Amino acid sequence: MSDPKQMRPASRARDAVFQWFCFLMACGVLVLIVLVGYVLWGGSADVFRKFGWKFLTGSDWDPNTGSFGALPFIFGTLVSSLLALAIAAPLAISTAIYLTELAPHRLRQPLVFMIEMLSAIPSVIYGLWAIFIMLPWLSQSVFPLLRHSLGALPKSIPLFHHEIPTPALLFSGPTGAGYSMLSGAIIIAVMILPIITSVSREILRSVPDLQREAAYGLGATRWEVTRIAVLSYAKKGLFGAMILGLGRALGETMAVTMVIGNTPRISPSLFSPGYTLASVIANEFAEATSDDYLHALVAIGLVLMAVTVVVNLCAQLILKLSGTEVGAVR
Amino acid sequence: MPAATLPPANAVSRETSSPAAVPRDNRHGWRKGKSTLASGVSLACALIVITPLGFVLGYLILKGASSLNLAFFFNLPAPVGETGGGVANANVGTFVVIAIASVIGVPVGIFGAIYLTEYGGRRFNSVVRLGADILNGVPSIVWGIVAYALLVNHDVVLFGHTIWHKGFSTLAGGVALAFILIPMVLRTTEEVLLLVPNGYREAATALGINRWRICVQIVAKTALKGIVTGVMLAVARIAGETAPLLFTALGNRFWSFQFHGPITALPGEFAQGFAQPIAALPLQIFSYAISPYDDWHRQAWAAALVLILLVLSLNVGLRYLTRDRVVRVMTKP
Repeated sequence: MSDPKQMRPASRARDAVFQWFCFLMACGVLVLIVLVGYVLWGGSADVFRKFGWKFLTGSDWDPNTGSFGALPFIFGTLVSSLLALAIAAPLAISTAIYLTELAPHRLRQPLVFMIEMLSAIPSVIYGLWAIFIMLPWLSQSVFPLLRHSLGALPKSIPLFHHEIPTPALLFSGPTGAGYSMLSGAIIIAVMILPIITSVSREILRSVPDLQREAAYGLGATRWEVTRIAVLSYAKKGLFGAMILGLGRALGETMAVTMVIGNTPRISPSLFSPGYTLASVIANEFAEATSDDYLHALVAIGLVLMAVTVVVNLCAQLILKLSGTEVGAVR
Repeated sequence: MPAATLPPANAVSRETSSPAAVPRDNRHGWRKGKSTLASGVSLACALIVITPLGFVLGYLILKGASSLNLAFFFNLPAPVGETGGGVANANVGTFVVIAIASVIGVPVGIFGAIYLTEYGGRRFNSVVRLGADILNGVPSIVWGIVAYALLVNHDVVLFGHTIWHKGFSTLAGGVALAFILIPMVLRTTEEVLLLVPNGYREAATALGINRWRICVQIVAKTALKGIVTGVMLAVARIAGETAPLLFTALGNRFWSFQFHGPITALPGEFAQGFAQPIAALPLQIFSYAISPYDDWHRQAWAAALVLILLVLSLNVGLRYLTRDRVVRVMTKP
């Protein structure tokens, strides 16, 4: 019976039907890719034909007059995501180190569980919390503190007849109610902490124990083992984890939309409101009245998608090169 | 070596720290101190990372619990300007949209994964796998745009008949979430199916069982727990999605499905409901949170508490109901 030729025709037909059915379902993924590409490319072709590169480099966004420049959104997305990564990555990687190398064993499982719970909280709930709890706290205590300390430093230093701007510019200007680029970055950071932590943890766990044992054998302390044997071994993988977090950060929508202020403006101050690619789609898509407006928003979707896909592919590639198998559920 | 500089028992493995094995090193105390400091700093980081969990859950209970009562669950939103009212339609809407997404997305994901592990060639598999990984990284709002382009912006015409009229609708919301579900379910199911030992397949083949039966009744059945866990976790993920619903399901302050005709009118009423905009908890939370009314803020907290209870109970429940090897693969977040 195991030879297909000896099977009764009906069951052979059923096998074939089942195989074809499964094949079609597996192709569903490829269909989805084509579909996304077609919708985004087809919907935004008009915009790129009409505005060309000006769409990406123009900084004027005014749907009423029909001028569409996406630069403020690209700027907002990049600044908020990179800032979020700068805040989240050291915390997340330290936490992963603590969880795999330094923590007492009975603490590890509860901590991992809590981090998993953090990643399960929906974005909109983070946003709600950020509006009513985080923003008041930031605008009343943290921002004024930053403004009066770092922001009070000289805003530019003269160098060879040029005025070189200093980082003090980032922390100057009115702080308002807290709706700002910095608030957006902080809430993104909170949201990407779990993913960077858990991927980093996977990577550190995949470091062979032989590495650690060798370092212990040389008389290294626990921290020296971590630094010399584990971190140098896992460097590439940890970098991959950070890039994966960046990919997540770029696509964050709801919580950022709720706190970033939604103003298409490019300002050096982190206290001033900004706007991201995802936020402008979220806020304006349902209200886009003219075709041009709608197409411009689809084009923004295309930019967002392209950036995240490239960043994610880089992360996958780095993780693959570093030899870490990272699970599928991300 | 003075007693004070002896390492704490947990700091280093015993063989290396016994005085005989350690070479005389006058910086030993300094190195031990640095190790302790590193532990302290990383512990502090871990505490900072989990702090938001306490804060978010704490404030949800603090601000939401007092507004939770039966009326909140079973009433429609009050007219704008009046206080009170509930989120009954959003509760139902969330379930309807998730149900549509699951009906479309789960079979595609599971059977697609069966093809990958049971039939697919290496090259085809790696292409599909890469594709699914790319799709998993696509921001959820992009799926909203795709569903919008398919069902909200265009009529669907098949053989000259208009089978779908354009407009914001329940179906569009469900389809947007299904797009998110498919690659997630596909990858998790595949990982679980790969854990089924090949011996099962070989034994079944030797018994002369048909291929499709082996797939469904041996392989998938063995991995059922893991598959269910993966699906439920994916569903918990989409239950909180807001962005793709913003311009597909749109939200609704009334019931989308209305049943008051005779029983024969049910299919028509269902069809009509699917074509209506529908409320969902995440949408309701969003629109209430950014509104200027205090009473709506109060309701946003309460609705958020309902949503988080739904999402976390799915997560916690599953993790603790199914704790075996197959499932541990899934619980990597």
